[in-house]
Amino acid sequence: MHELSIATSIVEIACRHAAGRRVTRVQLKVGYLRQVVPSALTFSFELVADGTSAQGASLDIEAVPASGICLQCGAQSALDAFPLQCSACGGFLLRIVAGEELIVESLELEEQEIGTHSG
Amino acid sequence: MERTVAKTLVVEGVLNANDAIAQANREQFDRAGTYVINLMSSPGAGKTTLLEHTLERLDGKLRIGVLEGDVQTTVDADRLLRFGIPVVQVNTDPGFGGACHLDANMVHHGLGALPLPAIDLLIIENVGNLVCPAEFKVGEDSRVMISSVTEGEDKPLKYPLMFRSADLILVNKVDLLPHLDFDLPQFLRNLDAVNPTAPRFLVSARTGQGVEDWCAWLLARRPNAGRTSPTD
Repeated sequence: MHELSIATSIVEIACRHAAGRRVTRVQLKVGYLRQVVPSALTFSFELVADGTSAQGASLDIEAVPASGICLQCGAQSALDAFPLQCSACGGFLLRIVAGEELIVESLELEEQEIGTHSG
Repeated sequence: MERTVAKTLVVEGVLNANDAIAQANREQFDRAGTYVINLMSSPGAGKTTLLEHTLERLDGKLRIGVLEGDVQTTVDADRLLRFGIPVVQVNTDPGFGGACHLDANMVHHGLGALPLPAIDLLIIENVGNLVCPAEFKVGEDSRVMISSVTEGEDKPLKYPLMFRSADLILVNKVDLLPHLDFDLPQFLRNLDAVNPTAPRFLVSARTGQGVEDWCAWLLARRPNAGRTSPTD
């Protein structure tokens, strides 16, 4: 349940950027290689956001597929299953180029100051 | 009152705050000349028993300190106190029933109780868990993972990200191999598939088998290893 720690960071980031405005939506990018369970993260987010300016905000989780470049043959492969393996030569030595994201991408904020809901 | 909603681009890493504290921890370790290992495994894989053997074998060769992370109790720290080394216990239980991992801030708070300049090697014993600790840097130089043969040969495939993140794998409890169906060659093939580059040692924390190799690896991490015992 490290989703709770992750949710706490997301709320902290959202409230800091919101600077007193109400947060209505948080858009998150989560790579396939991050061990994040979306339902657990959504549940944790609602719990942690309660009483902050992100209370009631929806959390949009965009899954980012993994891909990597083979260090043996140089081919780029989509990595959609474990073990991570080059689709051209079968090699296991890969440089990951996508799939490790865990990023707050954007926020939707109400422009009207509401003051009392500072996070 | 009319309220308009505006979209604001943020693009901020969720774990940036953790990583910044991890970096600060790392700078503190570097200033003190302390090499730091983040030791991870499932519960009961033998982290503390292996530590006991390690401390016995490296006594007088390396000045070792231990930071113990547990959800509850000081049982592990108490076991290590007989070695007369600096040990600090961090319980990850500030609320919500306890975190399943150590994060950089918890480690940072534990560091205040450790005399870092007098420690060559700090071993951070993470909370027993094969998922969450992999996601949180704490400022370590190396990640070492223990996987015991009682856990089954499929574990690298079931927990690939933890195995992938390790710099060294210790395959523990190999003294039990004659009594188990554990398929060691298959385990090593599974390990090769998720982490082909990390060295691995077969060890038994109970009999001490292989602990010498692990200790040699630890000694090689430290540029000034052996300085406290030049005649050794």
